[in-house]
Amino acid sequence: METVLITLFLPLLGSLLILFFKRDNVKAIKYSALGFSVLTFIVSLFLFFSFDSANPDFQFRFEAIWISQFDIGFRVGIDGMSLLLLMLTAFLSPITVLSSFGAIQKREKEYYVMILLLEFAMIGVFISLDLFLFYVFWEIILIPMYFIIGIWGGKERIYAAVKFFIFTVVGSLFMLVAIVWLGYYVGSTILHSPAGFTSDLILIRNTLFESAIPLDIEKWIFLAFALSFCIKVPVFPLHSWLPDAHTEAPTPGSVILAGVLLKMGTYGLLRFNVELFPASSIEYSTLMSWLAVIGIIYGALMAMVQTDFKRLVAYSSVSHLGFVVLGIFSFTAEGIQGGIIQMVNHGLSTGMLFMCVGVLYERRHTRQISEYGGIARVMPNFAVFFAIAMLASVGLPGLNGFVGEYLTLLGAFRSPILDSYVFTIVAAIGVIFAAVYLLWMFQRVMFGAVENPSNHTLKDLSKREWLSFVPIVVFIVWIGIYPRTFLNISEQSTRALVNKVHQVKFKNQPLPFPDTPILKGEE
Amino acid sequence: MLDLVYLVPLIPLLGFLTIGLLGKAIKKELVIGIIGSSAVGLSFLVTALIFFDMLSNPLSKAHIVTIYQWFEAGGLNVSISYQIDQLSILFALVVTGVGFLIHIYSIAYMKGDRSFYRFFAYLNLFIFMMLNLVLSSNFLLTFLGWEGVGLCSYLLIGFWYDRKFEGVRIKWTGDAGNKAFIVNRIGDFGFLIAMFLIYVTFNSLDYVQVVDAASESSKLLFGTGTITAITLLLFLGCTGKSAQLPLAVWLPDAMAGPTPVSALIHAATMVTAGVFLVARSSILFALSPAAMTVVAVVGVATAFFAATIGIVQNDIKKVLAYSTVSQLGFMFAALGVGAFTAGVFHVMTHAFFKGLLFLGAGAVIHGLHEEQNIKRMGNLRKYMPKTYITFFIATLAISGIPFFSGFFSKDEILWHSFSDGNSLLWLILSICAFFTAFYMFRLLYLVFFGKERFNTRTVHPHESPASMTVPLIILAALSALGGFLGVPEPLGAWFSDSPHLLHSWLAPLFQNSEIIIKNAGAEASHSLTMEYLLILISVAVAIAGIMLARKYYSDENWTKPRQLASTFKPIYSALYHKYRLDEIYAYLVVDPIFNSSQKFLWRVFDMKFIDGIVNGTAKVTVQLGEYIRRFQFGLVQNYALVMLAGIVLILFFLLF
Repeated sequence: METVLITLFLPLLGSLLILFFKRDNVKAIKYSALGFSVLTFIVSLFLFFSFDSANPDFQFRFEAIWISQFDIGFRVGIDGMSLLLLMLTAFLSPITVLSSFGAIQKREKEYYVMILLLEFAMIGVFISLDLFLFYVFWEIILIPMYFIIGIWGGKERIYAAVKFFIFTVVGSLFMLVAIVWLGYYVGSTILHSPAGFTSDLILIRNTLFESAIPLDIEKWIFLAFALSFCIKVPVFPLHSWLPDAHTEAPTPGSVILAGVLLKMGTYGLLRFNVELFPASSIEYSTLMSWLAVIGIIYGALMAMVQTDFKRLVAYSSVSHLGFVVLGIFSFTAEGIQGGIIQMVNHGLSTGMLFMCVGVLYERRHTRQISEYGGIARVMPNFAVFFAIAMLASVGLPGLNGFVGEYLTLLGAFRSPILDSYVFTIVAAIGVIFAAVYLLWMFQRVMFGAVENPSNHTLKDLSKREWLSFVPIVVFIVWIGIYPRTFLNISEQSTRALVNKVHQVKFKNQPLPFPDTPILKGEE
Repeated sequence: MLDLVYLVPLIPLLGFLTIGLLGKAIKKELVIGIIGSSAVGLSFLVTALIFFDMLSNPLSKAHIVTIYQWFEAGGLNVSISYQIDQLSILFALVVTGVGFLIHIYSIAYMKGDRSFYRFFAYLNLFIFMMLNLVLSSNFLLTFLGWEGVGLCSYLLIGFWYDRKFEGVRIKWTGDAGNKAFIVNRIGDFGFLIAMFLIYVTFNSLDYVQVVDAASESSKLLFGTGTITAITLLLFLGCTGKSAQLPLAVWLPDAMAGPTPVSALIHAATMVTAGVFLVARSSILFALSPAAMTVVAVVGVATAFFAATIGIVQNDIKKVLAYSTVSQLGFMFAALGVGAFTAGVFHVMTHAFFKGLLFLGAGAVIHGLHEEQNIKRMGNLRKYMPKTYITFFIATLAISGIPFFSGFFSKDEILWHSFSDGNSLLWLILSICAFFTAFYMFRLLYLVFFGKERFNTRTVHPHESPASMTVPLIILAALSALGGFLGVPEPLGAWFSDSPHLLHSWLAPLFQNSEIIIKNAGAEASHSLTMEYLLILISVAVAIAGIMLARKYYSDENWTKPRQLASTFKPIYSALYHKYRLDEIYAYLVVDPIFNSSQKFLWRVFDMKFIDGIVNGTAKVTVQLGEYIRRFQFGLVQNYALVMLAGIVLILFFLLF
């Protein structure tokens, strides 16, 4: 059977299986959830190693007819970008499950069913090659996430869960309309197919590349998709669900939310907006880039003034994902490659930051930064891991964050489409602020003397916590010092995409790629 | 031999990993100390071997050793690779050599510290990062080292993170670490943007390619806005790392770290990285006269700014810190007038004597049980003779007394500021030299001479153990003799044609840049008589500074300085509070950003406006529902009535 299907359905199988467990058999539930997620990761490694990175096309494709009247199918496949995000999901899920062991103390059965269901749908989102199927997975995710926040969350969990739900649903309704319109337009107006409708992503992409939708209509379709994805990312000013959802979600919920769910937005922007509507993407590139850099600065400034630990990390996500959006809309190979690697980076380092918050929260049950101080003294091992996660987020060269930030900034800098240095310059100021809010937070929590008596007796990391931190650190360092392992995977599909966009923009002119340096141009 | 260069950074890296991962298990301080020191010592040996290899087989061009491809995307292709040439190997020698001595010294200095192993792990990591910075063959790897040393500096400033430290908006040592890192980040912003500009201009980040392309198209590039932007942005990076105005504020607070750290990172090596970067990209700077002027002016201004503050400080480490800032200003002044060799020369001699001064200060602080206020010291030469002698030699060197190392390098800077710059630059630098001699001898008198001003019953100062004094003695020898590597022509012409060894050594690197500067600038005045005269003047200035300090501070009551301080109170207070630069930044930069973010962006814009729209929409929807719900009152008769009314209405419209 197809490896890709095993990867997809293993978590679902696990989820269904746990339904049959006795609810008080918590240990069995926990460990089978862990087992299934680990197994999924192992299977995904087969995908990773048999993936041909020299091939820019979708691989491991599988197709089955679902609703034949409308040419809707179960179509899946993987290219470089989706492989990286799939691996990220498969990698973070077992770690999330592991960190749930401590964080989740009630209704474990439902919880682990939800977590595995979530993993199933997330993998589905990243491998769907059918608009309708994509939409289904996209919506499935809402259900477990809604419950995870609403049942296992903090004090304001209901408000946060509803807010999260409504925001996403509003966005996805626009997307649904756009999908229906697009399927109908391509199916009947262009292809005159007997079904009069199609949701085959590759077919639609290829057809649109030959005969694009008139720009004044395409714009609206672009915006409908973009709205949905921008809410998910979230792009400023659509971010207001995120701090609440992150803060109220239980630790593993925040990890998965930051680690994977937000990437669905940036993934969607790249996979649908840029690939299907390059002309509109170029049209709106300045707007999107401005929103991205405003988000970078705005998120950083918000993070700087937070008194709640988790809210701080949540706002930092707004800032960090701005880099991804900026990279994508630079339409350069550097920028998009940087954006993709930055998605992975953010998943690792912000995921880990949330886990660090969780470690403290489980011990002290408070998220107020002012409650802490001097923790490095009582939890020296934790301090090391926390410092690594913090520095990775700061974008220190040698750790993963730098690679993504550097490439996205460089991409935006030399982008012939954005054609302005201002985006990079403003975004780079955000890099300064990142150091400000993260170092300051670290100082207040970890350094200084232990002045709060309840912090004197905190226990350092448990074995389980070690086990969940170490793998992330390995990848944080790996991407930092040898990012080519990961950059290579998406290199070809990115190049193909960039070439395509440049063909749309520059028509028959010679491609500004490979580079023509300014110096030679002047001579 | 040259291909073994990868060992130079690798050995300290292994040292860091060994100590970092196993240090807790090893426990024995001596073992950890030996691992840490020998890692740097071995690295020094390899560097020295490479150096001797280069002496016997001079390199015609830079030798590149590539380790692996670091990252690659689109047209960008950057590798981890090292560049051996005269500049990189010189810096590597200083870093590993002085670094080794400071490691040895630290074994005794840090004895009994709770986190002994952490200290050595950080130090080894620092050496690794610093070596990457200077040995790199491209801007990006240098940037890695650049931020890496910044990280180590941050970690080591806040090494005793639960100790308090006084400063503007600073409560803990960690706050000082934050300040250092963040101020440096502002500089790094410049470095980052400069790299992007270099990449789009030269299509490469490799030094060799950039330098070659720049010299080939020097006519085309000379004075262009792009080159000026690149160099000014790079220089912004340098002002951060090397604590120049306007980013000079972090270095004095960096003294919160253990004293060996101040010696190694905040005096001898890391802070000179800015000088290295300018020297490395000398050709780019040469192509932009505007940027050169900025470098010179900033250098001179910083030299003056810090030297004047140094006069009135009472904390032994603060005096030395301001002295470092001031001496770095001298180096940049040299670079700014195109005397690249002189700048690098001063980096070297400064590493010797300032490293020594800090280590001596550390011995004093240790001997006095953590006392740092020089007004509570005195007569220590009686108790710590070795420390005293070595400290005295370093003081002579920094003051510019003939034939000590600082004399040669400082004199060269003064001469070039006159001949290649202008007399105003020279005048201000000479005044700074006067201040330098004054504050250093003030320090010397207050610490080592006069009566004991500490409680001799409770405090018993003692000489440090040999493992601390031997590094002092070696550095003292270097401070005394190191200057002979750069004997100026008028003094050395009788024994050699090119007495300035360093100049001949670095010549291949700076040749092109110097030609460009010569071609662009007015004819420099090179009269031998003038040079003799200036040497005499600078010696006179140094002696005057010393005599004044002697006059003021050999008097136990400090009558004259006290009188001056009260007469010129506003000036004294301004100097004592560092021209209030910290406060200015706090009120004009930090507070506005923080307050507007907190009070407006967050509380009003984010919470009221954005969330208001969201919650408002929800509220309106709910209320609309409430309102419409009233029409669903559930009485069938009423529904029928409404229906009837509707039908009537429709009929009415249809009929008429």
